[in-house]
Amino acid sequence: MNPTTEKGSIVVETVSRIMIPFIQLFALYVIFHGSLGPGGGFQGGAVFASSFILYIVVFNIARGKKRVPESVNMALSSAGLYIYAGVGLLSILFSLGAAQYLNYGFIPFTSHFEENRALGIDLIEIGVGMTVMAIMISIFFDLAWDKGKEKEG
Amino acid sequence: MTMSINLFLLFLLVIIAIAAITIKDLLSAVILLGAYSFLMALAWVEMQSVDVGFMEATVGAGVTTAFMIAALARTTRWEKK
Repeated sequence: MNPTTEKGSIVVETVSRIMIPFIQLFALYVIFHGSLGPGGGFQGGAVFASSFILYIVVFNIARGKKRVPESVNMALSSAGLYIYAGVGLLSILFSLGAAQYLNYGFIPFTSHFEENRALGIDLIEIGVGMTVMAIMISIFFDLAWDKGKEKEG
Repeated sequence: MTMSINLFLLFLLVIIAIAAITIKDLLSAVILLGAYSFLMALAWVEMQSVDVGFMEATVGAGVTTAFMIAALARTTRWEKK
């Protein structure tokens, strides 16, 4: 779209601009249907990360860095870890002395044990997906970020 | 039918693996590894293990190839003799 970007092909930019939201929607589908079918937090997070990697590859890496800064990466990865551990510790608290880590049924989201369990699994998957997405984008930045070109961005 | 598909996939996998370790162009080796991962995902799905196949398709064929190319941008493209 921006003709001043270096070596930017308008076909590639337009197609990825159209495709990236659908890739992210598919990643969310994979995350939320991980307990019912194939998929789960890790795969959904990997698909989400590859949508950002597509953005970074097609557009400039400096623009990608502006869109997903390192502070956001660190915050998302640690927030996912805290969600995972927090749900597990809440299960320990609410299982009332039985100390069952990650037995989601005891957390009183609703009044039904099975619905609690489904919601707990979804929360765990969201946490895993956030961490995997942030860490994979961070690894890609660390590999692809050229220190010599830092002043251009 | 399934046996023939399995044999075909495994035959292609062996060919691609041998090509990936013998080729001198490292970018071609990375792309061959991506093709290897994709065929491996097909083989997993064919073995009724959709979850592992999905994992192989996203991580092996998608993210790892991007990581390898990003790492390759830091080194030379051609393997030394």
